[in-house]
Order: sequence, then structure tokens, then C-alpha cells
Amino acid sequence: MLDLSDYSSIGEALKDALETFAPEVCLIEADRDRENHRYTYRGFKQLALPLAKGLQDAGFGAGDRAAIIMTNQSKWLLSAYAVFFRGGVLVPLDYKLTPSEQWQLLQHSGANVLITEFPIWRQLQTAAGRSAAAGVRTILVSEAPPNADLAGAHRWEEFRGKGQPDFVARRRKDTACIVYSSGTGGRPKGCMMTHENYLEQCVALTSLYPFWPSVRYLSILPTNHAIDFMVGFFGPFTCGATVVHLRTLRPEYVREAFSKYKITYVSLVPLVLKNLQKGLQARFDALPAGKRRVFDALVRINKAVTKNRPLPIVSRLLLKQVHAAFGGELRAIIVGGAFAEPENLQFFYDLGIPVANGYGLTEAGTAITVNDLKPFRADTVGKPLPGMEVRIIAPDAEGIGEVTVRSKTVMSGYLHDPELTAETIVDGWLMTGDLGRFDPTGHLQLFGRKKNMIVTEEGKNIYPEDIETVFDSLSVKEFCVFAANYIWPQRSMVGEQLILVLRLEPGQTLTADLRRDIAGRNNRLLNYKRVHGVVLFEEDFPRTASLKIKRNVLAERLARLDRAAAVLPL
Amino acid sequence: MRTLDQTTAEVLQLAANHFKVPADSLAPDDDFFKKLGIDSLQTLEMLSRIENHFGIELPDYEVQGVSDFRTLASRIQSRL
Repeated sequence: MLDLSDYSSIGEALKDALETFAPEVCLIEADRDRENHRYTYRGFKQLALPLAKGLQDAGFGAGDRAAIIMTNQSKWLLSAYAVFFRGGVLVPLDYKLTPSEQWQLLQHSGANVLITEFPIWRQLQTAAGRSAAAGVRTILVSEAPPNADLAGAHRWEEFRGKGQPDFVARRRKDTACIVYSSGTGGRPKGCMMTHENYLEQCVALTSLYPFWPSVRYLSILPTNHAIDFMVGFFGPFTCGATVVHLRTLRPEYVREAFSKYKITYVSLVPLVLKNLQKGLQARFDALPAGKRRVFDALVRINKAVTKNRPLPIVSRLLLKQVHAAFGGELRAIIVGGAFAEPENLQFFYDLGIPVANGYGLTEAGTAITVNDLKPFRADTVGKPLPGMEVRIIAPDAEGIGEVTVRSKTVMSGYLHDPELTAETIVDGWLMTGDLGRFDPTGHLQLFGRKKNMIVTEEGKNIYPEDIETVFDSLSVKEFCVFAANYIWPQRSMVGEQLILVLRLEPGQTLTADLRRDIAGRNNRLLNYKRVHGVVLFEEDFPRTASLKIKRNVLAERLARLDRAAAVLPL
Repeated sequence: MRTLDQTTAEVLQLAANHFKVPADSLAPDDDFFKKLGIDSLQTLEMLSRIENHFGIELPDYEVQGVSDFRTLASRIQSRL
């Protein structure tokens, strides 16, 4: 691995990595059972530098912002490297957002370059918002059909400059990326992440879960997500490892990739981990009684011998077929993006497949705590990573309080939002809004949220304010969306739901027509953003002098209601 | 060549078979996440079955954001 303390920027470290590991394979791009591309670090450099020169020729340089909206594929990483080489700021956007949301974030980020794929560009053109994002001057579109109308965009494959591009140095405290942790509908939360944030996070993470040449990381989480950017790009590249991209996430091809590419690490969100468990459990349950008894005995032996630490070689011998299905070389499944249920984690650990669960926020530069497996503790989110100071403030009688973090990995602030930044980073401490406590062995346990938001099992952060616009002009007196657990705390990080609180007009009732209208509007939201129930509130909403809803006060009043009776399912 | 209505009817039948629900309980404009109580991964599994039936490849991006059978059928129709 490169000694990242020697480097000032992501671009500088990657530039050296491409030289240091030149003959190693850095990237494999597969689509179903086909392999599209396989690049060495040398080959990667040869493809990326002409793109960097093309950007340079288009006037792109220090501090300019380039957004990438792409699925996980080789051109994502090639483009990102070209941007960093030119000293640019990367804006990785979620390809799963709606086109109007993407335009909104393009405008907010001040991006002047957009790099995307043809199907996404086709959808972007149909949505309103391009005029608001007029600062986007250069658009590169990959994989466009030969005669496609690109509406002023350039073909990614042809956007090549001649000659060597000039490398643009950056300082550690300069912004490297603007990462949106949420906020498409209301108040965009663009986390300004510095080069130092990434360099320090990479050192901390790889101290526990190292990469080296011949390690193969299967990149399934979207690369715009902070986790995959770190462990599916920057981390493996600075260690000479290989990243494997899949163009489809169909479960059968994901399963096949494990054995075909002998995967070492993979990152998954809890939803996918649960699905994997379900599939494996069904196979175990289908075993004939005799084989099942033998299998259960082997699992018991494995549990006993790995009680204090993982023993991958022993586990692979004991449970050969299970491990063969994962390629036989899987060292750990990294789980992130949302809270994973302990029984789900324990299931895999008992099979000899360590699960590196942890806790983090985009604002904190990916991970704050990670399970070090010494021993594995499914009931916690692990211990703070090296370099992380974690403090619980205002603890209650049981020691549970808000988790706060101070570290070189914490963002410099939210773009264009000094007020929110000041609320979030207080005296150098990041207020996470999550509730937790340390157990006597120094492991962090989480017990819910202090903030009005939910995180889905797919790792999506949803803030109620962001989805309220879909209910604008609903024929009621007032409405407001809340995270149900914010009103009625559950001491749990799973099964979180949003609810729509309605104040009806005098004499108005929740008619079938009104229900239909709400359901129709709800269906316009992406499925993971939808509200799950309605609460009828009998008083006018408390408001400020400027008529904004006092959400905290309203939440306190709603808390007096019985949740089970108050929430009417949609 | 199938019409869009025929494709939609076949998609409904395939979904009903895949998730073991009566075919007449599903309608073209149903939100399949809600109606079938499925998540995004289960949707991908259903898509594999649909691909095999129609003999096409439906890239993941084509079904991104699609949540009703009619729209899904129109995406399939454009690739037949």
C-alpha cells in the first residue's frame, strides 16, 4: 500500500498508484456472463490521461466541479481519475434519483461538467431543470448509439485531448468531492469532503481490512455512495488491488461473480444481506435430514472454534460448499449504509464468513466505527476506527446519548449552508443525531435517532421535508411528514417509517377520495421514499411568526397519541 | 409481433406465477412493490423470469424508477 501520509490529494495518490502497480489488474467490468473490460493500472492510466487532456482543453481546472451520474462501471472510475488529475472537485450523484432531482443537485453543486451514460442523458433531457443548471457547459455521454441525437453533449469515447495533460496539485484541506447525503426535495445537504478526509479514512479502514495486489473487491453499492467510493475505488487502487464491476445486479449474476472472480471483499446494504441469508437458509432447509444434521454439527464446530476470532482456513475446510458458493476466497462482507440486524450478521459469522459491520455517516467520511472481529460482536457496531474520537453527550441514566465525532475525516461543512453546518459541527464535533452508548469493552451500541429522518435498509437517507412537496395543494388544512420513530422513539434503528400528519378542515373527514389522492401522490415518489400511514391531528399546527411549522413542538404533541391507534395505514 | 396489451397481459401472468398470486388480482396500473409487497431485489428476480420468457435483455437502467406493470411492459415492448 502507498503511504498516504506522504500525499496531499486523491489525485496525487492515484497518480502514484498507477505507476507503482502498473502491471497489476485494477479493474474488471462484467455484464451478466460477459466480461466487457479488464484493465491493468498501466492500461487505466493510458485511457484516463487523454480524457484528462480533453477536460483541460475544455478549460477544466483547479476547483472546477464535475458531476458523474453513472452506474457502476469502468468509465465511472476513469472519469473520476481524470477529474482529480486536473485538480477538479468531483460531484458523485445517485443515478437512481429522478432526472429533476439530478438537475436540482447539478445546479446546487455548481457543476460545470457532467459525465453520464446515454440512457440517463436521455431521461435528463425529458425533465425540466436544464435551464436552471446552465452552468453545466460540458456534457460527456458514454455508450450512445451511433446515430443518437446527443443534444449538444459529447461522446465520452471520443472526448480525447492530444498530448500529455498537466497535473494540477491540490492541498489536503481543499475540497475533493461534494457528496449529497440527502436533500433533493428541500434543503440539499452537499457534504464538502476534503482530500484529507479521504486520505485519513483510507488509512484508518485499511488498518483493519487491508487490500493488496490480488485482492478482488466486488463493487455492488453505487460508487457515488461514500462507502463504495472508498472501498470500491480509492482504497483498493492505493493498494494495487482489483475492483470488479457488474453492470447488472440480478441476484443470479451477483452469485456467479463471487466464484468466477474469486472475490475477497464485497460491500452490501442490509437489504441485500438479508436476501442472501434468506436464499441460503432455504437451501439449508431443503437438505435431507441426515445431511442437515451433519451440516448443523459442522456449523456448531465452526461457531466454537471461531468464538474469539475468525479462522478463514478452518471455516473453509469445515463448510466447504458454503464457502465455494462465495468463491472460496471471501475474507469479509462489509455491511454499511444502514443498520444491520444482529441476527443477520451472526448468521454469516457462524458460517465462517466475517461481516464487517460498522457505523458511519457521509459527513464523517464514511465509517466511524467498525467491528474488529476480536471477537465478533453482532450486537454492536464495533469500536471507533484509529483517529476517531467518539463521545456520547448528555447521556441518560442508562448512558445513552447523542453520538458525536471529532476526526480528520469529518467534512468541512455543507455547501452553501453555513447555518446547517454550524448546527451540525459544534466546536469541532460532528453531531450525528444518532443515539448510542459504549459498552464496557468500548464497543458502540446504537439505540435510535434524535433527528427527524429515516434510513432505509437499502441505505437511503430520507428526510421528511424532502418529500413534502409531493403533497402540496392537498385539500386539507395543513399537513406535515415525520419519521414515526422521531415522534414515538423505539430504541431501534430498523423498520423505520414515514407518516403523513393531516389537520383536516372543520367538518372534513378522511374520505375515500382524499385517501385516493394521498395514495396517488405517494405513488409518485420512489418506492423507498413513500409514507406508510396517515395520522389525523385534531389541533392547528404550531407555527413560528414567519408561519413555519414548529416541527419539534408538533412532534411533542403528537407523541401524546397512541402510535398503534393513531397511524392509519394507507 | 405482440401488441402492448398482449405484452402487458403476459407480464401480469408471469408476475402472478412468480409470486404465486391469482392472475386476476393484478392490474396493469398496479404498483408492483405495493401490490406484491416486494422489494427492489425481488423485482430483479422477477425481471430475470420476464427476460427468459420474452428472449430479451432488459438492462437494469431500463427499469430504474419503474413501479407499475404497464410501464414495465412498455419497456419490454420497445425491445421486442
